[in-house]
Amino acid sequence: MIKGIIFNIQKFAIYDGPGIRTIIFMKGCPLRCIWCQNPEGLMPHPQLCCYERLCIHCHACIQACPKNAIIHNVEDTHIINREICDMCGECVEECPTGALGIIGKEITVKDLIEEIQRDIKYFDSSEGGVTFSGGEPLFQAEFLYETLKECRELGIHTAIETSGYSSQEVIQKISKYVNLFLYDIKIVDEETHRKYTGVSNRLILNNLRSLVLNVRGKDIIIRIPLVPTITDSNQNINNIVGLLVSLKDIEEVHLLPFHDVYEKYKSLGMPYTMTIHEPPNDDRIRYIKDKFVEQGFTVSLWGVK
Amino acid sequence: MDRIYGAKTPGHTAGGEKIFKTGVLDIKEKIKEIMNKLDRSDPEYFEKMQELKAMDIVADAIIIYAQRYSRRLLEIAENEPDPERRKELMDMAEICNWVPAHAPRTFWEALQHYWFIHVGITYETNPWDSFTPGRLDLWLYPFYKKDIEEGRLTRERAKELLACFFLKFNSQPAPPKVGVTHEESSTYNDFSKINVGGIKEDGSNNVNELSYLILEVYDELRTLQPNFAVLVSEKNPDHFLIYALKIASAGFGEPPFFNHDGVVIKMLRQGKTLEDARLSGVSGCVESGAFGKEAYILTGYFNLPKILEITLNNGVDPRTGKKIGLETGNPEQFRDFQELWDAFIKQVKYFLDLKMHGNDVIEAIYARFMPVPFLSLWIEDCVENCKDYNAGGARYNTQYIQMVGLGTVTDSLAAIKYHVFERKTFSMSELMEALRRNFEGYELMMEMLRNPEKTPKYGNDDDRADSLAVKIVETLSNLVRSYPPSPIRRASKEVYWLPTTVHVYFGKVTGATPDGRKSGFPVSEGISPVQGMDRKGIIATFNSVAKCDWDKTGGALLNVKLSPEIFGDEENLRKLAQSIRAFFRLGGHHVQFNVVSAEVLREAQKRPRDFQDLMVRVAGYSDYFVRLPKALQDEIITRVEKKSF
Repeated sequence: MIKGIIFNIQKFAIYDGPGIRTIIFMKGCPLRCIWCQNPEGLMPHPQLCCYERLCIHCHACIQACPKNAIIHNVEDTHIINREICDMCGECVEECPTGALGIIGKEITVKDLIEEIQRDIKYFDSSEGGVTFSGGEPLFQAEFLYETLKECRELGIHTAIETSGYSSQEVIQKISKYVNLFLYDIKIVDEETHRKYTGVSNRLILNNLRSLVLNVRGKDIIIRIPLVPTITDSNQNINNIVGLLVSLKDIEEVHLLPFHDVYEKYKSLGMPYTMTIHEPPNDDRIRYIKDKFVEQGFTVSLWGVK
Repeated sequence: MDRIYGAKTPGHTAGGEKIFKTGVLDIKEKIKEIMNKLDRSDPEYFEKMQELKAMDIVADAIIIYAQRYSRRLLEIAENEPDPERRKELMDMAEICNWVPAHAPRTFWEALQHYWFIHVGITYETNPWDSFTPGRLDLWLYPFYKKDIEEGRLTRERAKELLACFFLKFNSQPAPPKVGVTHEESSTYNDFSKINVGGIKEDGSNNVNELSYLILEVYDELRTLQPNFAVLVSEKNPDHFLIYALKIASAGFGEPPFFNHDGVVIKMLRQGKTLEDARLSGVSGCVESGAFGKEAYILTGYFNLPKILEITLNNGVDPRTGKKIGLETGNPEQFRDFQELWDAFIKQVKYFLDLKMHGNDVIEAIYARFMPVPFLSLWIEDCVENCKDYNAGGARYNTQYIQMVGLGTVTDSLAAIKYHVFERKTFSMSELMEALRRNFEGYELMMEMLRNPEKTPKYGNDDDRADSLAVKIVETLSNLVRSYPPSPIRRASKEVYWLPTTVHVYFGKVTGATPDGRKSGFPVSEGISPVQGMDRKGIIATFNSVAKCDWDKTGGALLNVKLSPEIFGDEENLRKLAQSIRAFFRLGGHHVQFNVVSAEVLREAQKRPRDFQDLMVRVAGYSDYFVRLPKALQDEIITRVEKKSF
């Protein structure tokens, strides 16, 4: 049976789609947005991570590692040589406190469905369901498709949180089984998009345009990360407003203000290149919100109405 | 023996509709009628006559008591210069002259009537008894409606009277406790629990204007007493549940929420009539009972983790070295988990036998030497049966044992099953040595035992642990219920899962346990997961809890920690309400929310390893608080303090 890789299942999520939701965080993303808030979702393979705060300095990991890939520095925090580390998991097995962990595990469609079904009574009572997030769920298209199909058979409402970066065939195929798209629009200018996310946005915008023709406008919510000076510039916001107006059917917009997540990157040993650390201020957020409201869009922060 | 179970004097019950529909003179009339019909050849004639006479005497006593108030009020009124206040005092004098002798006619009289009876009952029983007016919105509504319609009462005036009524409870704490009793239940709270919501006798929705008004008054007063309970039925509107959640969100964990449809099932299973079952509610902490018709006596707490400790030591209490249990075998020689389970259940049975015998003896002593004729006036059918409440006069009689430490004992058994018998991470001898040394020198083993990633833990929707909780709850329900009715009251035997504060005391007298708990630390509370071990949020906890069959018990207490931003707006409250609905549909009995405060978050910053279960909403996502960078933690604390999300 086809397997996927996920890095978290969060229950009682109340912001990412209607009702009470279970969020499946899927691993792997083709974009490299420099502000990415979920860096653990970027790589398509399991990663070793380390939470220094939970370490009791027992050094069990050092002894456990068959490759000698872990050393502790003078402050007794971990230095993991990720070149040598082959993710065997011995150190995680031995770490008594959970300071070391592996992010990402393989799971079959059947097992994932079983996990989702545990919360079905909560979906029923709240008209909630499951939301696939990431990473980029479309990055595991086949696994996602099979899981969505099963959900439909079980009558579970489905949402996906996506960058929209995939082939048109994929997005059309899965859209049959998706009740709600939480669709990211980051930057409208193609070159700027490429600069900050690593990819062109042509595919993303085309997919959105064709999606709007295929599904009801109210089944697409546009999510915009507000990253100071990068995505929240007047020009970019005006471009997005213009784009959404031209699409006609879109009704709702979620604004997602940026937060500094340096420590997340650190725990994964990944480089963090953001030079801005402050979230956008309230005035700025209000200004942007008004821009969308003026055009008749329903706007909320983080999906909180 | 107090290390294994606490013993309690009997007394627990709640008031029913009889109180609000009957005057003392009506009861006196009834007593006279029954006395006249008593058959002199009845072998119990003498006892019955004595009991009826006693009832008649205390009935007179409460009227005399009330009339003293009436006279005094008139005296005060005479010297009162303010005409408005004078009128009020005169009204009060008139009310105290009418009730409790006669059945109340107005809202105000009904409150005063109840209060006289409450005072009578609590003075008579003296020991802590949790007496309560019960379903206050149900009993009072006809008075309220009539008074409003006839222009005697306004909503504001009703509110003021309710506030005065609640303050009376608050000024009457439980009698002081000493010694072990104090250790077991260190509170002066009298646990008078006022119920709102639920269903009516005919099965229809009981939420009315008063249900809201009562909660509104509580919200404004926020006194220690009385306590409140929100009964939630499928028949009740969401609006009411959300309103109650708003009040709970102020952070005091009150009011708690109860599954009234589940309470009705419990009552029906115990053989109550459908009408009596629907008029039931919860008293004390979480105890279901047929209000006004049942003597449901709580007989004391039962320390399950201690019994596991004694099992692991082959009948010996390692604290004293004395053999106080059965020799059920040296666990180091057990070949599989089943042998340990069998030994544990054998040990449980042994202590249960002792406890049951003791309960029946205490019941006999109370029946004979501690009659409560005044309480008997108000609990149906003591008068008709010519029998005291403590001697089995009530319509329904039940004896409860309160089980303590489900989380600790489940996790301990799960740890042994998983690590010793399945994965063979360590041997039983190594584990026993670690327990004897209170994990000193075995810190890594302890860490592993306390880590839900490494050891199955109840409360995370993990079947490996939850299946054991299911088995424990089922086995104990069946064991206790298999005992024959008590000889005096003919009381059936039932189980509650609640600790009051005894989990702290029981923890103090229980050594280190295989779930990684150190000696002397509290055992788990109610049916909640072990403190800090539930890492997957409330739905996973609800799912774990709901796997157990609580309908076979009389009630079970669940505390859940919630991050305060959940209460941030109406839409979130709606979702929380929906999750309570789902939990109750799955069979949950009770849930109480503890809203995490800024102080708790600060504490978590200092001791991250003790707060690994704390989940907070960061921004677009939730994360474990202790894993967040310091700056973000500070930001969240500020948000919590400002209550802005």
